Amino acid sequence: MAVETVPGPFSGPMAGPSGPGAAASAAIKRSIKKRYAAERRFRAYGVAAILFGLVFLAVLFGSIVSTGYTAFVQSSLELNVFLDRSVIDPDGKREPTALMTADYTLLAKKALASAVGADPANKMQMREVGALLSRDVDVEIRKAVLADPSVIGKTVPIWVLASGRVDNLMKGTLDRNLPAQTRKISDQQLAWIDKLSASGALAKRFNTGLFTNGASSNPETAGIGVAMVGSLFMMITVLLLAVPLGVAAAVYLQEFAPKNFWTDLIEVNINNLAAVPSIVFGLLGLAIFINFAGLPRSASIVGGLVLTLMTLPTIIIATRAAIGAVPPSIREAALGVGASKMQTIAHHVVPLAMPGILTGTIIGLAKALGETAPLLMIGMVAFVVEYPTSPLAPSTALPVQIYMWATSAERGFVERTAGATIILLAVLICMNLVAVILRRKYERRW
Amino acid sequence: MLKMPTLDVQSSPVDARTETKVVAQDVNVFYGAKQALQSVSVNIPDRAVMAFIGPSGCGKSTFLRCINRMNDTIPIAKVTGKIIIDNQDIYDPSLDVVQLRARVGMVFQKPNPFPKSIFENVAYGPRIHGLCHSKADLDDVVQSSLEKAGLWKEVKDRLDEPGTGLSGGQQQRLCIARAIAVNPEVILMDEPCSALDPIATARIEELIDELRKNYCIIIVTHSMQQAARVSQRTAFFHLGELVEEGVTSEIFTSPKQKRTQDYITGRFG
Repeated sequence: MAVETVPGPFSGPMAGPSGPGAAASAAIKRSIKKRYAAERRFRAYGVAAILFGLVFLAVLFGSIVSTGYTAFVQSSLELNVFLDRSVIDPDGKREPTALMTADYTLLAKKALASAVGADPANKMQMREVGALLSRDVDVEIRKAVLADPSVIGKTVPIWVLASGRVDNLMKGTLDRNLPAQTRKISDQQLAWIDKLSASGALAKRFNTGLFTNGASSNPETAGIGVAMVGSLFMMITVLLLAVPLGVAAAVYLQEFAPKNFWTDLIEVNINNLAAVPSIVFGLLGLAIFINFAGLPRSASIVGGLVLTLMTLPTIIIATRAAIGAVPPSIREAALGVGASKMQTIAHHVVPLAMPGILTGTIIGLAKALGETAPLLMIGMVAFVVEYPTSPLAPSTALPVQIYMWATSAERGFVERTAGATIILLAVLICMNLVAVILRRKYERRW
Repeated sequence: MLKMPTLDVQSSPVDARTETKVVAQDVNVFYGAKQALQSVSVNIPDRAVMAFIGPSGCGKSTFLRCINRMNDTIPIAKVTGKIIIDNQDIYDPSLDVVQLRARVGMVFQKPNPFPKSIFENVAYGPRIHGLCHSKADLDDVVQSSLEKAGLWKEVKDRLDEPGTGLSGGQQQRLCIARAIAVNPEVILMDEPCSALDPIATARIEELIDELRKNYCIIIVTHSMQQAARVSQRTAFFHLGELVEEGVTSEIFTSPKQKRTQDYITGRFG
């Protein structure tokens, strides 16, 4: 019996030994054309939608990276600082308080003045020299002295931070061709900067301070160190609380709970909680953890607790889905050799659901890491300079730090906002990557 | 095939006491309001193979799953009547279902080894029941179980490899080894060859014939040829009823019921 073939993309040598399709009616031909046209149109829509999304993503990343990459370098000056004994330690007793409070800024100014050839007696010139240095210039020199007090009385080369304006000029974000009044850097200063830059004493170096410093009102010394520690404390709190609670709740609901009105109600409410705006969790945290339980404001433990509440529904839903995806044949196999229900779950179901649980957990954590709104409610919008020593100490969080910098107008803070955003995005991408790798690695097909 | 002398246990209750392993009395199963099994009574002999045949949905698997109380896992399933194994009613509330399932092993339709090593698959049962007290003990049990399942020679050099990496037939033999590792008295097999090719099927059938020397084997099968090849007794189920039960050769050559005859001659099902 001859099989009629329909001419179309599938005809050709593979179509078999039937007739050349002459028998196919014109109606079928027309409808086939239409069908393929519809398919091509649909594909074109899909491609267009994806391209649209990609363009937006490219613009987003492009703008963040182009604004923020300069935050990873910072203009620094290498000064040969004469660590004058009479300034640092006039009594010669090496008292720690004396070493802490000495006027290191003066030493830095003198060193810079001699480097550019300014007259130390000329107050005007000295003010201009001082304006080239960061207001926190004493930090680096004090660090060097405290690390090794024997350097007092000697001249040592030390890299110190230049002021924010010098940094702007070095990075090209401050136009040197502007008139001197609006430029905020005098012609004299400009000449010194060029001289230092040419000799290599003024250079852009990798900005370790961005990662280690806490909050500062000077952009050149502001960093995300405190925010990262705060975020780390919060992630640990979430990990320690949300994962065991979420997995236990999910296992109970999925495997043990009877199917009745109450469990239905609980299930609906877990799904609802996953959709509650995060700021509501912040209000809840403020009312319960701070006002009722009396936990300190701005503490990362409170942030962690609030984020735990926020992450729980995500973890419960992901875990339930992962447990539900374990095929019944594995349960039957375990029950069939006489494993109890608990053994079946602990030895087989949960281990097999682990990749899904981990993926859900990591995605939940990533969501919590990027969350800002609830932290605003519990006072994490704080100017914290010191590293928090415990989860009860005041701290801030990475996205909150970004939010705070975003409200500052200085050029240095603008680039730091974008720089910290790059870091946050990098951490989130890494976390999601780990989730994808785990899923790929442990994914099983039955 | 029928070398072993089998007694018609239903008609000779005196002998039944020594030969019968499992007695079902008036077993009904309900899934919610739907009755899946109606008043099934049957005696199943020890050290022999009993086959359950019948069209899809006739209740043969449901009945099989009553014998190790696997239906307990379905919340809406309700079982009435008695199933007695060695004079003990397995639906007695004082009986521990875990203990029962150690005595009544099960092999499923689709090979379902745990996604763990071959060794772990077999060792799991003895380990959770505390049957082995040393590593050497466990090694012995694993080896003898795999030997009994006719798989030892093929896997002895790769016990650490995942059980899921074996071929379908090997996986099913691994599942049989896993079932016999806890030293059961009864082995239930729910269409154990339906997912296998003819060669793997033949190996499993040989194995079943070998195992019946030591175990009471109950097998559900869709293939009447398979029932004829491996079983000594056959029960025919239809629409939730046990229509006819007897010596396999008689069921296939001279069935007493018309429905049985219609089914085995291919008129329905």
